[in-house]
Amino acid sequence: MKAFTTISSRIVPLPIENVDTDQIIPARFLKATTKEGFGENLFRDWRYDASGAPVRDFILNNPLYEGQILVAGKNFGCGSSREHAAWSIADYGFKVVVSSFFADIFRNNALNNGLLPVVVTDAFLQKLLNLDRMDTVTVDLAAQTITIDGTGEQEGFAINGYKKTCLLNGYDDIDYLLSIRPEIETYEQSRK
Amino acid sequence: MGKSLFDKIWDKHVVKSIPDGPEVLYIDCHLIHEVTSPQAFKGIENRGVSLFRPKQILATADHNVPTLNQHLPIKDELSRKQVQMLSDNCARHGVELYGLGHRYQGIVHVIGPELGVTQPGMTMVCGDSHTSTHGAFGAIAFGIGTSEVEMVFASQCLLQSHPKLMRISVEGELSKGVVAKDIILYIIAQLTSGGATGYFVEFAGSAIRALSMEARMTICNMSIEMGARGGMIAPDETTFAYMKGRPFAPQGTEWDRKVAEWKELYSDGDAIFDEEIFIDAAAIEPMITYGTNPGLGIGVTGSVPALDKVPDENEKKVIAKALQYMGLEAGKPLLDMPVQHVFIGSCTNSRIEDLRMVAGVIKGRHKHDGVNVMIVPGSQQVAAQIVEEGLDKVFEAAGFVIRQAGCSACLGMNEDKVPAGEYCVSTSNRNFEGRQGAGARTLLASPLTAAAAALTGKVTDVRELI
Repeated sequence: MKAFTTISSRIVPLPIENVDTDQIIPARFLKATTKEGFGENLFRDWRYDASGAPVRDFILNNPLYEGQILVAGKNFGCGSSREHAAWSIADYGFKVVVSSFFADIFRNNALNNGLLPVVVTDAFLQKLLNLDRMDTVTVDLAAQTITIDGTGEQEGFAINGYKKTCLLNGYDDIDYLLSIRPEIETYEQSRK
Repeated sequence: MGKSLFDKIWDKHVVKSIPDGPEVLYIDCHLIHEVTSPQAFKGIENRGVSLFRPKQILATADHNVPTLNQHLPIKDELSRKQVQMLSDNCARHGVELYGLGHRYQGIVHVIGPELGVTQPGMTMVCGDSHTSTHGAFGAIAFGIGTSEVEMVFASQCLLQSHPKLMRISVEGELSKGVVAKDIILYIIAQLTSGGATGYFVEFAGSAIRALSMEARMTICNMSIEMGARGGMIAPDETTFAYMKGRPFAPQGTEWDRKVAEWKELYSDGDAIFDEEIFIDAAAIEPMITYGTNPGLGIGVTGSVPALDKVPDENEKKVIAKALQYMGLEAGKPLLDMPVQHVFIGSCTNSRIEDLRMVAGVIKGRHKHDGVNVMIVPGSQQVAAQIVEEGLDKVFEAAGFVIRQAGCSACLGMNEDKVPAGEYCVSTSNRNFEGRQGAGARTLLASPLTAAAAALTGKVTDVRELI
C-alpha cells in the first residue's frame, strides 16, 4: 500500500445521502478477478444513461469539477461489503472521501486501500458541499485535520492510532498479522 | 457487572490487543464465494504465503451462477471464468468447495446453517454483508471486504475494534399475516438505514424467542440494512433442536458437552448496552418498502409519506429522489398498485419454511396473468426438500417458475433481472436503485406478501387471502 501524505485539492461534491455500494459500482461489474480498472465504472448508472451516453448533470461528467477529495452525504457506502466500491473510488483518482458518517464495512475497505474516510460534523459537511468549485481543501492525516484553505475553517477528525500509523507508512494489516502467526498458534493451543 | 452475549463470545476470541489500536480477533469459521475471494487468493499467492487454516474455510458458488441448466458450462464468459477460478483456488489451497452440481451447493448463508457449520459461540466472517444471518445461532458473524478475506486467509484473524452494543427487544404477539420479515422491515423503518451504524445488535424479547430458527435468520440477515455490523440472538432449545443431527453439528457426547457450553451464551441480567430499543410486536403489520433503501418501508395498508409532512430537509430530498426513481407519488397508498414480477428467494427468504409459507397461500390457486413469478430455492437441499414435500407441484400448478439455487435476482449478477421501469415484489433484502437490474423497481416484502402479489398481480394485503 502507498503511504498517505497530506492532500490539498479541490473537491467533488456529491450531496446525496445513503450512497450505497450498488450505486458506487453495480453488481454486474463484479465479475472481474483483479482489483484494477474499476474507476471507469464508478457510479456507472448515475454517470451514464441506458444507451451509454454520459448523463450531463452528474457531477463526474461536469468538466468544471475535479479533485482528489469526494464529499458526500451521510451514510456513505452502505449496503454490500464489496471492496470493489473502494477500489473504484481509488482507481478513479480520489484519495479522500468526506462524509458525516460512513457505513462500517466501507470505512474498513477504504482504509485497507489507502483511501482515507474523513468524518466531519453535519455543519462542516454543509460548508464543504457549498464551497465554490475553485476552493481547495487540505486533509492532513498526521495532524488529523481538514481545512478549507480559503477561510482557514478547520475540523479535527478521529482515526484509530494503529490505522493512522499504517496509512502514514503504507503498512497493511496483513504484514502485521503474518508477523504474529506464532502468537496466534499459541492462542489456538490455549483453547484446546 | 454482567456480560452481554456479544462480549462472552468476543472476549474468548481476542488473541491480543494492540495499544491505541484494534484487537486481534480470532475467526473460527470463514465462508467464501466466487465474487469476493479471487483477489484475496491472488494477494496471498503474491506474498508467497500459504493459507493459515484452510480447514476452517468453506466455499460455495452462489452470487454469479445461473439458475438454469447448472449442469452445463456457464454461458457468460466472465462468470464462467470467475466460478472456475474459485474451483482452481480451492483445489490449490486445500479448501472444501461445494460448487455447482454438489448436493450441498447453495447461497452461502443458507448452507452454513443447514449443514450445521454455523454454531453458537463462534466467530464467523464472509466477504458478504449478509453474513449477519449466522448470528441467529448466537454467533458473532459479520461481513468483510476482500482485503479482510486475505487477512483471514493469512492468519485466521482480523483486526477489529469493539463495536457499540444495541439490544432490540420485541415483546408480545405478532398478529395474523405478520412474519419475521415484517418485524425486521418494521425495525429498519423505525431506525432508518443508517440507524445502527457502529453497533452490533442483539435481538431479544418474547416475540423473538417464539420464532423458528429460519425466521430468526431472516431477522439477523437484515441487520446490515440498518447499518449494524451484525445481529445476534441467544441460542436456546429451538436452536439446539434445529442443529441436532446436521452433517457438521457435533455428535454423541461431544454434542452434550457443546450444548452445555452453548447454554451459557446469553446476556446477563445486568449486562449494559449502549442503546436499548423496545418494539411492540402487536403494532407491526405486513410491511412493504416504497423507496430505494430498506428503511423506506410502510405497513401494506399505509401510504407513502407526503413530502410536506417530512420535517427534515435532507430526509425529504432522500424520499423525493427515491419516489422519482420508483415512479411513485407522495402521499398515496401502495395497495392495489400493479406489479409485473414477484421474486421469492435470496439469503433472506429462500429456506424451506419461506417456501412452505408461500405454498400455504397459493395452494389450489393460480398466479395473475400479468405477473412473472420466480422461486429460487436457497440451496440444493432446499430444492430437494420442496420436491420431497410436493411443494414443487403446488408452485407449478400456480404458474410459478422454479429455478436452481443461487443469489439470482436479489443482486442481478446473472441473467435473472427485472427489466427497467417494472415493479417487483421481492423477498430479498435490498431495494437500491438498479439492484435487481438497471432501472428495476423493487418492493421488499415477506414471502406471504409476495405470494399475495403473485395471485393478484398487485400490491395486496395478504391478510385478506389467508
